[in-house]
Amino acid sequence: MNLRRDVFQAIADPTRRAILLLVASQSMTAGAIASHFDTARPTVSKHLQILTECELLEHEQHGRAIYYHTNAKQMKEVADFIEPFRKLWDDRFNKLETIMNAYKTRK
Amino acid sequence: MGHKTQINAEDGKQDLVITREFDLPLELLFKAYVEPEIVEQWMGTTVLKLENKKHGSYQFETSDAQGHVVFRANGVIHDFSPNQNITRTFEMENTPFGVQLEFLDFEKLTDHTSKLNMHTIYESVALRDQVLQLPFAQGINMAHNRLEDIVSQLK
Repeated sequence: MNLRRDVFQAIADPTRRAILLLVASQSMTAGAIASHFDTARPTVSKHLQILTECELLEHEQHGRAIYYHTNAKQMKEVADFIEPFRKLWDDRFNKLETIMNAYKTRK
Repeated sequence: MGHKTQINAEDGKQDLVITREFDLPLELLFKAYVEPEIVEQWMGTTVLKLENKKHGSYQFETSDAQGHVVFRANGVIHDFSPNQNITRTFEMENTPFGVQLEFLDFEKLTDHTSKLNMHTIYESVALRDQVLQLPFAQGINMAHNRLEDIVSQLK
């Protein structure tokens, strides 16, 4: 069974986001990626598998080593470029507004 | 009616502008940027250092439930005028995104409303586009969960 996974579920996990960030600038082997995390190697492999299944990661064979890198095209589609970034700041500023309104009434 | 928060990022440029109008007096909006315990609440991060003055510096850090640091950022404040503007650098540590330069302008609209204009300049077009594409990479979801807890406690 090799179900295509939901990309948003894939990026909801902090470790998987950290992996995407790691390989955004350079291709890395699974071992090199795993060395950045305290989690067990099989757990990291599972994360890599999930990210590959939803096409956020691609891999290439160089000799005996397999190098992982981000699939820029898929990342762009997933991110819809600007909306998640806008939403992120909108959420932050909404919190700021709520907090400061509460602050005001407490004074 | 547009969004309250707007992003203007033109293709092929290495900067972007975030604007937001707040239902808050200017002084309260500015306070949210300078009081460490308030910054911690809405940014969802721990403020290790925040020197609100020209040539001051700041440092933020976020840890997960297990105590691992998942996000650390720092910067230097180049200009600081209360209720007017802050010019600072911002750098996420251990990421390929480099240093960005931020110009924050705070503006009074009415006695009860204010506006923030945040102009951010990146080192290159490619870096700006990467930052735009990776909003989730900053451990934001986790920070949000924590913020929601804090806000619900305030009510």
